[in-house]
Amino acid sequence: MENGDHILQSYDQELEEIRSKALEMGGLVEKQVSNALQAVLERDVELGEHVASSDADINELEVEIDEECASIIARRQPAAGDLRLLLSIIKITTDLERIGDEAEQIGLYASQLGNHVSNQGMSAQLRHLGELAHSLLKLALDAFARMDDEQAMDVAKKSRRVSREFDDLSRILITHMMDDTRNIKNALRVIWCARAFERIGNHSTNICEFVIYRVKGKDIRHTSLKKIRKKLYPETLKDKKSDDE
Amino acid sequence: MSTEIADKNRDEFDIEILNTVGKPFIDKPEDIKMATRDCDVFYGDKQAIFGVDLDIGKNEIIAMIGPSGCGKSTYLRALNRMNDTIEICRVSGSLTLDGQDIYSKKQDPVLLRARVGMVFQKPNPFPKSIYDNVAYGARLHGLVSNKADLDDLVEASLTKAGLFKEVKDNLQKPGTGLSGGQQQRLCIARTIAVDPEVILMDEPTSALDPIATAIIEELMDELRHNYTIAIVTHSMQQAARISQRTAYFHLGKLVEVNATNDVFTNPEHQLTENYITGRFG
Repeated sequence: MENGDHILQSYDQELEEIRSKALEMGGLVEKQVSNALQAVLERDVELGEHVASSDADINELEVEIDEECASIIARRQPAAGDLRLLLSIIKITTDLERIGDEAEQIGLYASQLGNHVSNQGMSAQLRHLGELAHSLLKLALDAFARMDDEQAMDVAKKSRRVSREFDDLSRILITHMMDDTRNIKNALRVIWCARAFERIGNHSTNICEFVIYRVKGKDIRHTSLKKIRKKLYPETLKDKKSDDE
Repeated sequence: MSTEIADKNRDEFDIEILNTVGKPFIDKPEDIKMATRDCDVFYGDKQAIFGVDLDIGKNEIIAMIGPSGCGKSTYLRALNRMNDTIEICRVSGSLTLDGQDIYSKKQDPVLLRARVGMVFQKPNPFPKSIYDNVAYGARLHGLVSNKADLDDLVEASLTKAGLFKEVKDNLQKPGTGLSGGQQQRLCIARTIAVDPEVILMDEPTSALDPIATAIIEELMDELRHNYTIAIVTHSMQQAARISQRTAYFHLGKLVEVNATNDVFTNPEHQLTENYITGRFG
């Protein structure tokens, strides 16, 4: 249900301001992830170092948004959709901040990996995983910007692929390390990057869960996709059956 | 005639509110204290309440909220026939207390009001002593036979209303000399003294400061264990703080009834959402 304006216009302005700041934070985080991905795939040491040192704006925004949410809660006693919006923004910005931290880490590993030659299969697999995590983040932010719960559900579904990609990459890396123990140092860096991308995927799913909470008013964390569909989207159960199988 | 007016008014009614959403009914019959079905209230030709179906549970606080003129006070007053005092007011439908029709010809409204007491917006102690204010109903209904019992009843009622400690040395002083919050607790003590089963409260704290309000709210929470309480309030925060269920009225219709927690975090009806978030309806 979409809502009209508040009788108090300043309330609308304050909520809109917080929402824009959260979106701005999302934009910065997305840029960090995109740069981190590029740095690690293209072995761009300079870009990696840049990413590793560009987290401050994101952290500042997180604190600012939290303060403004606290202020609205104290002064306006938000209820219903407004309350859910603020709670979801508080939660989403926490996830965004953590995604920022993961990107920072990836930047750091990218700068350490440097121009070391790597195994082709490993590169391709890391690219898959990184691009998947990046695309999940973009879709999650888009769902948040438009409060599109159906897109949020799609992201939640796609996110299951992240773990599979991570497992595939782990297998390749283990073989690579067994081939030659000198590979271990860099293979570990790659696996840490992969772990960071996997977490970015998970945080993106969390963002989507809060989009669904805002729109539907139901907390769907720690619930299987099937149960969520049954509870919130019974109409999709029939047509989506084939997707799940 | 009455049905014609009802139908006419219903036709003109905004079609948005067709049925009450949420859970207006209580599953177990033994948990129901009062119930209304298809309750209409008219002031002359004007219909104020449209077909309200609602169960009020035992030992619960149910809050009735809604914009001014939505009919919540009218509905509340129908529950103890307070509207009987308004000549042009007419109530139809089924209204029951413990399954008994409260509008039946056999029902004495004075006895009904002893079982379903009421506390009003403005504290209205009688211009009598604190003691006599509390003793008034018991004397009227002949509930006690001697002075010692009456003393005990006055003390017990004032204690339950959380006022005894503050007034025990001044029981013969006029009730009107107390502070607003104390006067309201005196009125609650007066209501409790006749041993009611249901207490209706019509904006009981709107004339009180936040401390006096908090004391009354704390009192209501204690009273809930022995009584059923229905409260009309303009303060949504108050409804959120004290009630277990919340009923939202709009233009004479009962729009939504749900657990208070659900109403304030995830209301079912758009009109409820608009009202509690302060939006244009």
